[in-house]
Amino acid sequence: MPKLTIEPVTRIEGHAKITLIQDEHGEVSDAHFHVTQVRGFEKICEGRPFTEMPALMARICGICPVSHLIASAKACDALLAVRIPEAAEKLRRIMHLAQFVQSHALSFFHLSSPDLLLGMDADPAKRNILGVLAANPAMARDGIRLRKFGQEIIELLGGKRIHPGWIVPGGVSEPLTVERRDKILLDLPEAKEIAQRTLKWFKGTMEKYRPEIRTFANFPSLFMALANPQGALALYKGWMRFIDADGNIVADHIDGSDYMHYIGEAVQPDSYLKSTYFKPMGYPEGMYRVGPLARLNMCKHVGTPLADEEFAEYRELQRNTVWSSFYYHYARLIELLFAVERIELLLNDSEILSKHVRAFAGPNNFEGVGGAEAPRGTLLHHYKIDEDGLITSANLVIATGHNNMAINKGVLQVAKHFVKGTKIEEGMLNRVEAVVRAFDPCLSCSTHAAGQMALQIELVNRDGELIDRIRRN
Amino acid sequence: MSKVKLATVWLDGCSGCHMSLLDMDEQLIALAERIELVYGPLVDFKEFPEWVDVTLVEGAVSSEEDLKKIRTIRAHTKVLVSMGDCAVTGNVPSMRELFPLKDVLHRVYDENATLDQQVPQLEVPKLERHVRPVHEVVTVDVFLPGCPPPAQQIVQVVTELLEGRVPELAEARFGA
Repeated sequence: MPKLTIEPVTRIEGHAKITLIQDEHGEVSDAHFHVTQVRGFEKICEGRPFTEMPALMARICGICPVSHLIASAKACDALLAVRIPEAAEKLRRIMHLAQFVQSHALSFFHLSSPDLLLGMDADPAKRNILGVLAANPAMARDGIRLRKFGQEIIELLGGKRIHPGWIVPGGVSEPLTVERRDKILLDLPEAKEIAQRTLKWFKGTMEKYRPEIRTFANFPSLFMALANPQGALALYKGWMRFIDADGNIVADHIDGSDYMHYIGEAVQPDSYLKSTYFKPMGYPEGMYRVGPLARLNMCKHVGTPLADEEFAEYRELQRNTVWSSFYYHYARLIELLFAVERIELLLNDSEILSKHVRAFAGPNNFEGVGGAEAPRGTLLHHYKIDEDGLITSANLVIATGHNNMAINKGVLQVAKHFVKGTKIEEGMLNRVEAVVRAFDPCLSCSTHAAGQMALQIELVNRDGELIDRIRRN
Repeated sequence: MSKVKLATVWLDGCSGCHMSLLDMDEQLIALAERIELVYGPLVDFKEFPEWVDVTLVEGAVSSEEDLKKIRTIRAHTKVLVSMGDCAVTGNVPSMRELFPLKDVLHRVYDENATLDQQVPQLEVPKLERHVRPVHEVVTVDVFLPGCPPPAQQIVQVVTELLEGRVPELAEARFGA
């Protein structure tokens, strides 16, 4: 029986393959997304001092190390039972936002813009960031510059761009200097212009992507994200909230430390990535989505002037909540603009240069949970320690795990639409990959493993026989 | 002049070395004139090419798939660069060696799961008992340590190799 393989899935942040199952009429009836590596951070931290956790956990992911630094440091703040200085919280927020800029820029420009600029059916040899550079140098340069803006802020604050050790239990290790603040402020207008210019371009191209908008994981689901009292976009701080497909609140005011009552983690025999589900509804009914789409479905306004204007227009797409995962790209760009604006506001805060940036204490609690929104969705770190402050166990709930079921369902939806018969066309192959890219899954994070960015798609019939396997060369 | 064929590979690491590669920022534009990116996470080629001039390898060798992949890569690469501490020493991925592998998997898929607890075994590559640095498995030509190596050092290695010289890495260091 037929089996089709796309290997590897490229331009995604991790290592995966996909199996498509066909029925007797040649229609795709099922799809499985397999993630193929695991490192075991939840175990390897055991016996180590909790103070090591932020620096160690950052190594889960080189794309969003700052998210792990923040969730980890917040879990450690809970172990210390301290309230960190206000300036420290604001400085952490700046680095966190800078990471949204660099990570969203990477997702949009380096990984997905080849599909959007050159087209889903473009020559695969050209369908990459160097191809974008050749076809539209200004756009590639915008992507490089915007990512650089975010990475430079991380370096100016934390001493290095990737895995900075600056976010620590109790706050941050060094205050911000005037010179560094002014350097960021100098570069900020260009970043803002690029974010606006890119949004304008993206909105102009959307019309071309009607079939993709209709079929890219476009279905009702629950959504989960952090919420705050202002009803604004909550990235650093907030409580967890679940809404249904019509925007009604189904669970609210969930403190990070109560996550285990609302979030279950199911294991599939064929993937190293677990699937989280909304526990009160069970598995698989409790499927929900996280990340930019969920966050913009959750908030009433974003919270900065330019991003709010864009948000008002965005919300016209669909009543109550936006369903198509193609719009993850759109939501991501609005968040990007918000992040640049918010960085500017924080840098101009009178307290931002304060020298008081760290609270000191020994371990006062034996258990702590820390959470924040990572670029791809809500991230939780949960640690337990003994009397000496050594880790006895850890659980990490990661953004891409939340989206796992929706990614599976999205792949099935795209495959049903584009895969016909026993032959897999190049354009179909890339669309299956592109729906995965829309979620911007971080598979290094999600299995606390990083692998080659491999996606293999196999088309098999009901008896498990290989029907087709496509390779691009 | 034909362009130098460059591949990048991501084994068991965190992608930080690849991000550091992108941290060369605008220098990427000039580099694009001289290289052809023929395989890796950033491009859409699905098979490792017949012949590659330089391959940058991020990550340790942790699974059966990593092992198979690195052997194929070595056989089709002229200059193989171990990029970053995971490739050079095993680094963070090798920390799991402090525990029996079954305990690591038990934590993730039994203790920290609420439904259908089991160790995934279908369609996923089996993990190797030992996590090894790249040079323990195949011959490595250039070592570039760092977690991750700074972008400038990656640029330096690539440009020196483009000029046909062996890079001297006086500034290189582990960790940090």
